[in-house]
Amino acid sequence: MSAPTLPDLAGHFGRYGGRFVPEALIKALDELDAAYRSAKQDPEFQAQFQDLLLNYAGVPSLLYRATRLSEALGAEILLKREDLNHTGAHKVRNVLGQALLAKRMGKPRVIAETGAGQHGVASATAAALLDLECVVYMGETDTQRQALNVARMRMLGATVVPVTNGSRTLKDALNEALRDWVSTVETTHYLLGTAAGPHPFPELVRDFVGGIGVEARAQCLEQLGRLPDAVAACVGGGSNAIGIFHAFVPDEGVRLYGFEAGGDGVETGRHAASITGGSVGVLHGNRTYLLQDDDGQTIESHSISAGLDYPGVGPEHAWLHDTGRAVYEPVTDAEAMAAFQLLCRTEGIIPAIESSHALAGAAKIAPRLREELGRTPTIVINLSGRGDKDVHTAGAYFGILDQVETVVPGENT
Amino acid sequence: MSIAETFAKAKAENRSVLVGCMPAGFPTVDHSIEQMIAMHEAGCDVIEVELPYSDPVMDGPVIQKASDIALANGVRTRDTLKIIDAVSSAGATVVLMTYWNPIEKYGVDAFARDLAAAGATGLITPDLIPDEAAEWIAAADAHRIDRTFLVAPSSTDERIAMTLANCRGFVYATALMGVTGARKSVSSQAPELVQRIRAIDPEMPIGVGLGVGNGQQAAEVAAFADGVIVGSALIRCVLEADDRTSGLDNLRALSAELADGVRRR
Repeated sequence: MSAPTLPDLAGHFGRYGGRFVPEALIKALDELDAAYRSAKQDPEFQAQFQDLLLNYAGVPSLLYRATRLSEALGAEILLKREDLNHTGAHKVRNVLGQALLAKRMGKPRVIAETGAGQHGVASATAAALLDLECVVYMGETDTQRQALNVARMRMLGATVVPVTNGSRTLKDALNEALRDWVSTVETTHYLLGTAAGPHPFPELVRDFVGGIGVEARAQCLEQLGRLPDAVAACVGGGSNAIGIFHAFVPDEGVRLYGFEAGGDGVETGRHAASITGGSVGVLHGNRTYLLQDDDGQTIESHSISAGLDYPGVGPEHAWLHDTGRAVYEPVTDAEAMAAFQLLCRTEGIIPAIESSHALAGAAKIAPRLREELGRTPTIVINLSGRGDKDVHTAGAYFGILDQVETVVPGENT
Repeated sequence: MSIAETFAKAKAENRSVLVGCMPAGFPTVDHSIEQMIAMHEAGCDVIEVELPYSDPVMDGPVIQKASDIALANGVRTRDTLKIIDAVSSAGATVVLMTYWNPIEKYGVDAFARDLAAAGATGLITPDLIPDEAAEWIAAADAHRIDRTFLVAPSSTDERIAMTLANCRGFVYATALMGVTGARKSVSSQAPELVQRIRAIDPEMPIGVGLGVGNGQQAAEVAAFADGVIVGSALIRCVLEADDRTSGLDNLRALSAELADGVRRR
């Protein structure tokens, strides 16, 4: 097992990853790769990044011992509280790192794709902080579903471009961002939102969010005096998961679990579980697992969680799956929402629906681990984001929105 | 006629090769065959069949729309092979342009075999760079399919040399940094890129694509390139036509205008 040395210089994790993009982008990717390598070695860049994380983003996030949830699940549960970061998710780490890199490369403009709007908001935030022009591509369907996040991005000074191609969701936003980048690459950095896409994105995003695992590992040693039995995270594109997994990969005693969005159930075909319900192919610049038909056309994904609603997955997860180092399982919408409610009621924490997939997955593996180990297992769950953005979706799901919906603006007396 | 013969013939006639692009199955399988044959008869030397793909990141709005229509009408990879067979049987020199995943899904060697059997002479791969193409290069050699990779104004000389070393038939020079679609004026980056390619390999035929939409622009590009590649403008003839007959008429007329353009270098 030699994960820390992967990918190779061309961005391959075994057969996965690489670069499947138009030649026009290769120079920009090479420049990004070179800039990233030099920044990685530059103490000044690292100090700047750490300073922003510490003094702006509120990192390191807490590792919180969730006592009442532990009782409910029959496992010792530690929550990595990425939901407490500025902008409410792990994503702030990635955007700050990449925005600093854009500055370093002298690129005054950043573009980003977004599904639910979380990465878009985070990108707009970093762009505002570092004085960069920011354009966010968002599927038209999503701009309608997530009108508040569109407003947030605009408040932060970003331009939001609704994408009307294809399925008008995240994958089409990503296509459109790539098209923009082909035309504007001299002045523009593509601030990709997950640990996927062409090399070096999977590697550099992993490294920027890798602090999650480094911190969690140290916090475990400090608080428990030992490492956990398992680490659990949700997997869409997979950045929060690779962020917490990476530091634990060499620790063979620590089981790694990635929980994909099972939607209505993998067997129904309406899901976003690329590894457990997809097959190997090439999408958005890298070879990985994806949802595709017999002709290699991408199939639309389905999940209650907009952040996991993507038909591909980062290449390092594909590799960790094939090598068996990490285990990937689907969690349905219903299971995730039950876990969402459980965390609200036991700990007073409203989680993102994305992160609720990790909670639900932990609930599934707890009894298995207990049996296997013959004792109470210790599980670290990456609580990758907070649920404020999901209040409408969850409220509708649980049927508790009646009072809100009767309020019509302008009709108050 | 092979790609090499097509370019050699045009060179002997002191003109450029006209490559006309049309998505397979747009708007239906039969109509796309009819359109491609019309383009061939009206003067396109090479028919570039584009395999419709769900996520065409190199393509502008016109080709995206045509691809979406083809896919919505149920076109499959095997239909594309059938179309190639029909069009090459009608006497056209056919190359296929496709994003990589449909080939990987089909099976790389099987695809090269079936593509050759259908009568295509080459394959253009917009999102497959030679760095990732070992399996394709082997399959293309085994089944004698010409390989066209892309170079761009942003490509370094080192990458141009590496790409040329892996091309056979012709190299696709993307005239500008951007996606497909006709532009008001021909890119100024294109002649410089062509010069850089020629300096590295004077023999490799160079097709220039992205942005050409009329006879005048075709003539401008033909002045410095061995081949002029036109896609979106031809597709628009069909997309914007009031009916089928006028669409075909427009397609023939534009093909003829472009064919005249490549002879006015």
